[in-house]
Amino acid sequence: MEEKEIKIEKLETENTQDDLGFDPKDYFCDARPKVVNPVANKMVRNFYNWAQANSLWILAFGTGCGSIELPPLYTARYDVSRFGIFPRPTPRQAGVFIISGYLSVKTLKRVIRSYEQMQNPKFVLGLGSCTVNGGMYFDSYNTINRLDYYLPVDVYIAGCMPRPEALIAGFNKLKELIKAGKAEGANKYAENFDWYKANQKKIIKDWDLPEYNW
Amino acid sequence: METVLVKIGYAIASLFLIFNYGLLLIGFTMKIIARVHGRIGPPIWQPYVDLVKSLSMRTAVSHGIMYYLGPVFRFAGGVGLYLFIPAVFGSIWLQNFSFSGDLLLVLYFIFFGMLGMALGAGESGHPYSAMGIMRGLSQVTASEVPFALAVIALAAQHHTLSISEIVAAQQGGIAHWNMVTNPVATVAGMLAYLGMMMHSPFDVHMAPQEIPIGPPTEYNSSFLVMLQSNRSVFASAKLILFMNLFFGGATSIWEMVIKTFFIFEFCVFVGVVFPRFKVEQSVRWLLQVPAVIGIVAVIIYMV
Repeated sequence: MEEKEIKIEKLETENTQDDLGFDPKDYFCDARPKVVNPVANKMVRNFYNWAQANSLWILAFGTGCGSIELPPLYTARYDVSRFGIFPRPTPRQAGVFIISGYLSVKTLKRVIRSYEQMQNPKFVLGLGSCTVNGGMYFDSYNTINRLDYYLPVDVYIAGCMPRPEALIAGFNKLKELIKAGKAEGANKYAENFDWYKANQKKIIKDWDLPEYNW
Repeated sequence: METVLVKIGYAIASLFLIFNYGLLLIGFTMKIIARVHGRIGPPIWQPYVDLVKSLSMRTAVSHGIMYYLGPVFRFAGGVGLYLFIPAVFGSIWLQNFSFSGDLLLVLYFIFFGMLGMALGAGESGHPYSAMGIMRGLSQVTASEVPFALAVIALAAQHHTLSISEIVAAQQGGIAHWNMVTNPVATVAGMLAYLGMMMHSPFDVHMAPQEIPIGPPTEYNSSFLVMLQSNRSVFASAKLILFMNLFFGGATSIWEMVIKTFFIFEFCVFVGVVFPRFKVEQSVRWLLQVPAVIGIVAVIIYMV
């Protein structure tokens, strides 16, 4: 029998029209993220920060073992909805990204894409020791050790595994930071974009993402 | 000229009232559902905070002109629907722009926002949006059938296509309500209402666990604000419409609030009890049960 040649095509960002006639460029963009400063008026800024702090929409994205700590948050025992915290299934609408535990290089790619699709202001919570220094996977061949090399992290919650109470404490810390106007992760990412991209490309060997996808 | 200005002023005041009422209704219902689950639940002003939060997002992504216009059409559909329904019978400022043929226009406007949203969400290019649109449109189309039949039965009963006249005919106590004088049309209408309110078991087009929230998947920031505002206006407009058609309308704001609250809780409680229908199941059910009841309601007045 003749062996069929299997071709693996990479997604090229330069003018590739696929068979259906769609230009992939219509669906993502390569423009660099920009720093958008908060509103100048102090009263309006504080009001907006208050609203941001009291309506946190978590992106429904679980990485590693910590994602099992998220469902109990919505149950009667912990009930984070009383703090205005809700799950949101799409990155376009979500504001909080919880990296829940170890992050494999393969997942990191998806995390970067999802993070970049979220709108400014956006916040990142690192859950568990794995996001701080690699935790028990510190010498693994395919997990990252320090999350803030790749994404700007607002709050770390240390532990292996932190319980939902610790997560709620982390949310309270995040709320304090937002209200004080100190949670500017999205702008930090835009300012140090080249540094973050270089770090990401260093660890992701098969880079086939657009440079930036909104 | 002055009468026009006064009418515009009344319309704005009326919209303001219904917008806030809708948001509080959503917040109150979230609290009730939470209490059923044994949770404390979010504060009842949470929808306001969510609205301000979405408004305060600093960036927004647009995918083109139609994407931009989608929420605008949706919101216009909600506002248009509300402005042609008399909210409180006998009130000057809550009479809105009710006229002799408003029932027909309302039937059209219920669908208008849906179509606009379908075009807008379609341009976002997200496969889940397209899937949600397909499911939502087929389900709403199916629920329009029994609703239209119930409306035809009511029009035949009262010999009018004006909502105000239908409400006027129901004044004078519970025995005059269409719920009592025309129970078959009421059953058809209220079952169609379940299909229109997009609560479980008819929420497969949103299906958060399956196709991340359907049509509005790509909508963010201020686009979402329009959709959230529409959610409160459109839902309350539909509640007021059903109150006017079947439950005797309202002669005061308090009567309206109490009646629409119970009508809303009807679909909420059905949603809490029954699991989600697949789209083919819901279409089949809507065309088999409420539509047949609707045909019976029409036949009663034809014979």
